[in-house]
Amino acid sequence: MENASLLEILQKHPFVQGFQPKHIEKLAALGHELKLERDRIIFREGDESSFFYLIVTGKVALEVTALGRTLRVQTLGDGEELGWSSVLTSEGKHFQARALGVVKAIVFDGARLREACEEDHTFGYEMMKRLLGVVAERLQATRIQLLDMYSPAGAKA
Amino acid sequence: MNDSATFTDAGVEAAFPAGGPADVMLPAPCKVAQVDKETHDTFTLCLETKGGDGSPLFAPGQFSMLYAPGVGELPISISGDPEEPGRLVYTIRSVGKATHALVTKSAGDAVGVRGPFGTSWPMTEGRGKDVLIVAGGIGLAPLRPAIYHILRHRGDYRRLTVLYGARSPRDMLYRKQLAAWTYLPDTQILTTVDYGGLSWRGYVGVVTTLFRYTRLQPDRTIAMICGPEIMMRYVVRELEGRGLAARDIYLSMERNMKCGVGFCGHCQLGPYFICKDGPVFPWKRMQGWMGKYER
Repeated sequence: MENASLLEILQKHPFVQGFQPKHIEKLAALGHELKLERDRIIFREGDESSFFYLIVTGKVALEVTALGRTLRVQTLGDGEELGWSSVLTSEGKHFQARALGVVKAIVFDGARLREACEEDHTFGYEMMKRLLGVVAERLQATRIQLLDMYSPAGAKA
Repeated sequence: MNDSATFTDAGVEAAFPAGGPADVMLPAPCKVAQVDKETHDTFTLCLETKGGDGSPLFAPGQFSMLYAPGVGELPISISGDPEEPGRLVYTIRSVGKATHALVTKSAGDAVGVRGPFGTSWPMTEGRGKDVLIVAGGIGLAPLRPAIYHILRHRGDYRRLTVLYGARSPRDMLYRKQLAAWTYLPDTQILTTVDYGGLSWRGYVGVVTTLFRYTRLQPDRTIAMICGPEIMMRYVVRELEGRGLAARDIYLSMERNMKCGVGFCGHCQLGPYFICKDGPVFPWKRMQGWMGKYER
């Protein structure tokens, strides 16, 4: 019952749009529903957290601590992905993630997802295509952010 | 006119005669009513106007040439409510001598005004459609009159969406007003900053990241964009990717405007004078010209 409910939630998530139904079912079988309270630290910078999250509702902030202060560098919201690096590598986290309100998500173990991708290359290819899309989107957003375009100097860029 | 210029009611009334001023190159003396601090470097200057026939003194998107006596003249977008009589409102970022001179005025001081000049936002074309407003930084100022207009004529328009990006929370314009507008029916206001501290609980990321939280219906939406040119390019790309037709995308351009009426050529961009043919352009006319460094 819990899995059926999770499957229904997953089917509506933008990440799986275009997935074959059997691949959505495979992904659902690997996931768990998760509810996080406001201000909960999901993972810290350097953590070897291996979880990948599909945010269903709520807002998550990515933060970096430098020179004694914490800077919020990105927020993720409904229908977005958190922790994509867990699927590709088991290295430590580069940012801290914090729930800004109540967050509902589907969480996956990155190592198990990697195994599933290795076992079924069609499934794996679909997963990687989407993850690459996420990474490309984040890279592009970061590049625009680096332009500092709202500053008087950046506006002339 | 100098800094100690005084006003007579007759002189100020004559500044805005019905049918417009007689000489577009002659600044009309206006009295500063108040100056409000918006952010650490941006201020809103409210000028008193008298005369006219009661009809709006400007259309949303137009600009004036503001003259700080003895310092210089600058093109500044009008940021107030077009239908509020007796006031011309400008939001100015203090970045140089002339802008500093304008924002440090006190009530009763003199400012010279020419205009309004230029084209306006497509308020008529937007009737019956969803209106999407995308602003970056101080680019919200020239779009605020369009928002006022829509809110005053709410029945003429469908859903209003405002996406606003700023550098940081301390750089955000009209924060209280934006917060109040979020409670209006059929209105979505989303704001984001490039960088935020721990006290900021809103979105962080470039303004284009807000699109995923909107319900855009491309066949019945008209978009109005103002901000740094590079931001507008990315916003247009996002809109086109989501199926919005080029004819339904409008943006406000900025160049080094001097005369305001297409005489001097300072603001020429390709075949266009930004001051006279713009500042508001349909995207179709700007395709190929954006990013050209002609200032």
